[in-house]
Amino acid sequence: MLDGILQGLNTAFLPINLLLLFVGCFAGTFIGMLPGLGPVSAIALMIPITYGFDPSSGLILMAGVYYGAVFGGSTSAILINAPGVSGAVATAFDGYPMAQRGEAGRALALAAYSSFCGGTIGAVFLLIFVPFLAKVSLSFQSADYFALMLFGLTAITAFAGKGQVLKAVLMAVLGLMLATVGEDPSGIQRFTFGITDLYDGISFLLLSMATFAIAEALVVILRPAPVESEQSSQDVSFKALGSMKLSKEEVLDVAPVVGRSSVLGFLVGVLPGAGATIASFLAYGMERNLASLKEKLKFGKGSLRGLAAPESANNAASTGSFVPLLTLGIPGSATTAVMLGALLSYGVQPGPRLYIDNPAVFWSVIISMYLGNVILLVLNLPLIPYISRLLDIPKQFLTPIILFLSLIGVYLVSFNPFDLVMMVVIGAIAVFFRVLNFPLAPMLLGFILGGMLEENLRRALMISDGSLAFLWERPITASILLITLATVLIPQLLSMLRKNS
Amino acid sequence: MNLLNIKLFRTQYTKTSLRILFYCVFCSVVPAALGSDRLHFLIPGGAGGGWDTTARGVGEALTRSGIVAGASYENRSGGDGSKAIAYMIETADRQKNTLMISSTPIILKSLKNIFPQSYKDLTPVAAVVADYGAFVVKADSKYQKWQQMIADYQLDPRNVRVAGGSVIGGMDHVVAAMALSKSGTDAKALRYIPYNAGAKAMVGLLSNETQLLSTGLSEAIALAEQGEVRILAMTAPARLSHAPSIPTLQEQNIDLVFTNWRGFFGAPGMSEEKVSSLQDSLGEMYESKEWEEIRTQRGWSNLFIRGKEFTEFLQAQESEMAILVDDLGLR
Repeated sequence: MLDGILQGLNTAFLPINLLLLFVGCFAGTFIGMLPGLGPVSAIALMIPITYGFDPSSGLILMAGVYYGAVFGGSTSAILINAPGVSGAVATAFDGYPMAQRGEAGRALALAAYSSFCGGTIGAVFLLIFVPFLAKVSLSFQSADYFALMLFGLTAITAFAGKGQVLKAVLMAVLGLMLATVGEDPSGIQRFTFGITDLYDGISFLLLSMATFAIAEALVVILRPAPVESEQSSQDVSFKALGSMKLSKEEVLDVAPVVGRSSVLGFLVGVLPGAGATIASFLAYGMERNLASLKEKLKFGKGSLRGLAAPESANNAASTGSFVPLLTLGIPGSATTAVMLGALLSYGVQPGPRLYIDNPAVFWSVIISMYLGNVILLVLNLPLIPYISRLLDIPKQFLTPIILFLSLIGVYLVSFNPFDLVMMVVIGAIAVFFRVLNFPLAPMLLGFILGGMLEENLRRALMISDGSLAFLWERPITASILLITLATVLIPQLLSMLRKNS
Repeated sequence: MNLLNIKLFRTQYTKTSLRILFYCVFCSVVPAALGSDRLHFLIPGGAGGGWDTTARGVGEALTRSGIVAGASYENRSGGDGSKAIAYMIETADRQKNTLMISSTPIILKSLKNIFPQSYKDLTPVAAVVADYGAFVVKADSKYQKWQQMIADYQLDPRNVRVAGGSVIGGMDHVVAAMALSKSGTDAKALRYIPYNAGAKAMVGLLSNETQLLSTGLSEAIALAEQGEVRILAMTAPARLSHAPSIPTLQEQNIDLVFTNWRGFFGAPGMSEEKVSSLQDSLGEMYESKEWEEIRTQRGWSNLFIRGKEFTEFLQAQESEMAILVDDLGLR
């Protein structure tokens, strides 16, 4: 194993490969910043370019692009509330409010540090536990995934402020309903009203762009800007926007969050049916539940913990998703599916024997992925003050640019004009919800989890021939469900106790 | 200083937006502006999928071997593939050099009357690659032979739950049902568990959730070679040169051959000369070493059917599946 690692390191540190890594990270960051273009499209764009390359160089370039695009996605989520990748949705919850407060530089820096730590912890786990983890990734069945998704839904409590619980639940239900549009697993069209454009359902990208980016831009237009205060707030932001300083207390406060979220994220990432998005939501929900009452109130309003948790979790999960890919050749997500295609085109067949027969390739994949993570930090930290100055652009220019980029981003993926109409309509409805103070995050959460929740529930029921026994027959299912119940009930019980005393 | 930065950022941002704008304009203009020695591929699904890799693989072989001057690709997903068909029909006069890639599931969808338009409205050009159905068990499964599995299924269909990467009534389901009914069992009793992708269905098999997996041979072969799973049977007419150890259904006395073809269609009303020149190009590509390289790398089986035979092949496959879809009550 050590030989393999050394050999991998050797290849990765060739000057040409380091250069490729830099180029990849840089290109990836810019591609990822465009809402709509995420790691999947960035890697897909790179595959034809790397055909002539030597496999390890190609992989290294890909690793750079991958991490660059992930970071770019977080950047647009933080700066303009446009999470183009589902893994970055939870980043926007606290990252965008921070940027609004004029702390864009700090938010971006924290995002970079937490992703780096998440990636590092993930890589260390990968190094130690690979042979063992292959089994873990196959230990989950549909019933367990169902329980996990249900647990994920408890994260909606994190978005429910005082007296908002009912609204949050309603919005989550709306999200679940939107997820049912399109062809269901038994091949029947639901809620498509004969419109072929709806056969595939509503795309996540469209919904998140419409409810986050477009709605935000429209609200900015609608809100009459108080003239004098804008002047003063801009004076503040000139200095603060680019500052990346985190105080010692803040670092100490966030460190355990990063640690916990990375471990959780990695474990979720290892499961081929879950992935980075679920990981980021679970970490966000977990941190909010663990936080003190005072800290809880800050979540969703620019909490450092609320930003660090999903960022470290989704990066650790991306690293974790390499476990099923490399040990079984099974892609757990769209990104790993594209990576699998790339590996195959280099003649690398991932699977249980890759680790034994071809350790050099195995380790060079892992090491180059990790190097991507390191280079990203080196490259992007100095860029942050400049990137965050984006918000210096006066609103009358920035808002149309955001609208333009979000619409184009969605169009570039589907080339379907219908999507643009749908986006504007959903955006307008979302503005309505925002004015009435309905939180939109639970809707997106419901939408993301809804599809998987239904599929896994259906499968679990089919496998148990319609009996509900699957809920308690397997220890994994039962324990996740118990944790879910505890998460929902314990805060209620505590508050009841407090009232009584 | 501040002013400078703002300026810097404005220009950078404008550049990015300009680049996107350029990209959009470029994309929408390209298909129309193509010369006749260039080909445009319309892909009804997203990047990285089966249709996408096949179209790009063919395009690459054609350009690298110098048969066509260049190829461009357009992913037009939506409506489960029906958006692309509708688009081909609506813009037929602009699609003189366009090939749309398609495959077997499109026949199933037409049978179930899901699409407002059918592949029959398009001009069939040629099938280029084939994949076959494979029936897979975990390496530690008690089934060594197809018949052992059938015996267990006959005792109780619940003994053999079948995973597949398509919806109920989709291709993996129909192929499994065809094999079971040709083996003399009641295919209606089949417990088919749908997953949203072949890889996910494979996870279902490996996590002991199901006992059998119905999938494409190309998707199962790598794991079979590495000893994680065993392929009980596959639906090719004879054993394949790149996988000689995998038995066919036919040699186990089950009379079923099923080919999942991937092939190309042109716009409605494409002229006969154009069709035959496209077919010639594809035939020429078949002889090239570039194609051989790409094909073996991706694990595709050669299947070149052109002209009238392609149409007849499509009709035969449609009528075979129609009977089963009716029997299963899926229409």
